Amino acid sequence: MSKPIVATTSLAGCFGCHMSFLDIDERILDLIELVEFNKSPINDIKKFTKMCDIGLIEGGCCNDENVHILKDFRAHCKILVSVGECAIMGGLPALRNSFSLKECLDEAYLNGPSVVANNEEGVIPNDEELPILLDKVYPCHEVVRIDYHLPGCPPSADLIFDALYALVTNQPLKLPYEVVKFD
Amino acid sequence: MDKTIDAIINNYNRDKNRLMDILIDTQDTLGCVPDSAAEQIADALDISKVDLEQTLSFYHFFSKEQRGKYTVYLNNSAVANMYGRKEVARIFEEEAGCKFGEVTKDGLIGLFDTSCIGMNDQEPAALINGVVFTMLTPYRVRELVKGMRKGLKVEELLRTGYGDGNNSSPLIRSAVNNHIMEKGPVLSEDYVPGDAIKKIIKLDPAEVIEEVKNSNIRGRGGAGFPTGLKWDFCRRAKDKRRFVFCNADEGEPGTFKDRVILTERPRLLFEGMAVAAYAIGAAEGILYLRYEYKYLKKFLENILDEMRSKNLLGKNIASKKGFDFDIRIQLGAGAYVCGEESALIESAEGKRGEPRDRPPFPVEKGYLGHPTVVNNVETLCSVVKVMLYGGEWYRSFGTDESTGTKLLCVSGDCHYPGVYELEWGFSVADILEMVGAENVQAVQVGGPSGTCIGPDGFERILGYEDLATGGSLIIIGPHRDVLRDIVLNFMDFFIEESCGSCTPCRTLPVAIREKLIKIIEGRGVMQDLMDIERWRFIMKVNRCGLGHTALNPVLSTLKNLRHLYLDLIQKEVEYDTGFRLDEAVKEGKLVTNRT
Repeated sequence: MSKPIVATTSLAGCFGCHMSFLDIDERILDLIELVEFNKSPINDIKKFTKMCDIGLIEGGCCNDENVHILKDFRAHCKILVSVGECAIMGGLPALRNSFSLKECLDEAYLNGPSVVANNEEGVIPNDEELPILLDKVYPCHEVVRIDYHLPGCPPSADLIFDALYALVTNQPLKLPYEVVKFD
Repeated sequence: MDKTIDAIINNYNRDKNRLMDILIDTQDTLGCVPDSAAEQIADALDISKVDLEQTLSFYHFFSKEQRGKYTVYLNNSAVANMYGRKEVARIFEEEAGCKFGEVTKDGLIGLFDTSCIGMNDQEPAALINGVVFTMLTPYRVRELVKGMRKGLKVEELLRTGYGDGNNSSPLIRSAVNNHIMEKGPVLSEDYVPGDAIKKIIKLDPAEVIEEVKNSNIRGRGGAGFPTGLKWDFCRRAKDKRRFVFCNADEGEPGTFKDRVILTERPRLLFEGMAVAAYAIGAAEGILYLRYEYKYLKKFLENILDEMRSKNLLGKNIASKKGFDFDIRIQLGAGAYVCGEESALIESAEGKRGEPRDRPPFPVEKGYLGHPTVVNNVETLCSVVKVMLYGGEWYRSFGTDESTGTKLLCVSGDCHYPGVYELEWGFSVADILEMVGAENVQAVQVGGPSGTCIGPDGFERILGYEDLATGGSLIIIGPHRDVLRDIVLNFMDFFIEESCGSCTPCRTLPVAIREKLIKIIEGRGVMQDLMDIERWRFIMKVNRCGLGHTALNPVLSTLKNLRHLYLDLIQKEVEYDTGFRLDEAVKEGKLVTNRT
């Protein structure tokens, strides 16, 4: 039987969840015995080359590119997991949700105290190459169907490893108090 | 130090438990409670600034900023909207030149939304500087704003004349109408103040409680707790300082019976409080009057004086040695949750109206930690009749489970809205016929926290055994969009009125409202209906009745008018989050000038 295939991505996140993932240390050797990786920043595969079993999503959606990637993940993964606060709730990026996008950009590029005199024309970055920002930051499950949520900022390496292990071995996930107690 | 504020504080003996009164008087005198006043009050009462801030920020009618020389609170209930509130609001904004939630630049007019003010049978209605204006029309609004610009007194704006009954008495002078359509034991004119008191003083308090138990009367606020049992619990408490509270904070949208009782049968109510006091051994009584009914305060205080002079209140009542009891009026300041008895007590103590954890129940530890009975206005009135004519007589009305009569407040799409005192046990269909309602699509029984039923439920009867109600019956005609006009309005109401203490009550109604909007806009799927029905269980962990019922507008329509939802959801799509990329990038494109 072929190994289950895992893909991962970081959307509007800080890569902290991926860093936490790498904190499984030597268990990564166990993991690659167990699963095969497809599209992921860990192996730098940029495009899906086949259907995957599990997709791990870090970060919510703050721009249209995030939405396209997330939808691509949904189309290519049987199970999608929101990993961490940003994917689940929007996290820090969602702090902007209490302001309009215009207010945020004005503050960042036109009127904010850190704006220096070199933006005299009052340009807000608008190059075609840049993704278009969404009106607010969306948690992943508000954009596509999400099957599981792994909470934490970031979720601990143990939690990520155990969850992945439970998923691929079809075992119930043990959730000791210390693993899900965050403050 | 401001002398005016100091005088207000002294009026209440610098008692921190009277913080509500102090803030209300300050708000009325200064038009707001600015930081300087808040600091002065906190210092004088020896409470922390934060504690004061808690109370100040909790209530809808307190503000830290000026709300205009004329402050308009326009009722935002579902029935007000049925009767043209939207247009009235638009004209207010147009004529005043500011939006709702704002004050005009010259500080003359402030426009604000408010939850149901108990005038559902005469909507759209507004409170302007505490004075009630009913049946507003765009023409009338133009007239009102013109009058404000001329600087007329609020009373002078009331040019439509006064309402029926005591509404036109010199101490009330309001435009409110009673609309009493059916009278029964409570509203009957056949009542001589003092008769019940004269009768009970010959009895032992335990015998009074027995008679109340014998009548099987249950609390009229909606929850239906047996009144005799409640009194018995309180009487058995060890602490001898006890209180009788009358809950006149009728905030359930669509309820207005207490307003009518307070206007027409206040002596009956106060006598009922005295009966309760005698039964449980209380010397102090408090009528907790919602701020919206402040216009009745002077009138009610005058009645209290009259009853004192007739020895029906005060020391040695009706010459019965040791039967001392007096009543004071405690005003609220705009919070639906204060209708919950423990929140009401908290509020009367000058705190945020947050429900308490129970046990202990108020009958054990209530106001200031003393045993307290909290009864609805109508319950206390009914008890007087029970004492006059006996529990058995009372049981001859209604059904076995629900004895006596109920004051129903009928509003919405019918010919004869108003107050109907009817025996329990009538079917909804009977009542619809009585009030002149045809082709009815749905009836909201018991207000937003109650049940919405469709025509297949019209044979159900009103009573604790089937459709319990605190009185509100809102009739929804065939042309209404139930989900958009009624259910959404009710969800907004609960979101606004949650005290925020329990997380499910604070957050889940918001999430369910989002789902409702998604469904209304045609993006809903079957999964959404299933989510709503699964998620509701978490509401059980909330502390009070508001939290338990805050999803009822959606849940009861989903159960009883399911076709409304099924018609709107997408059938061919199994899953849809409702997210639309083209809409989500609209603003981003606009701001950055991209296509």
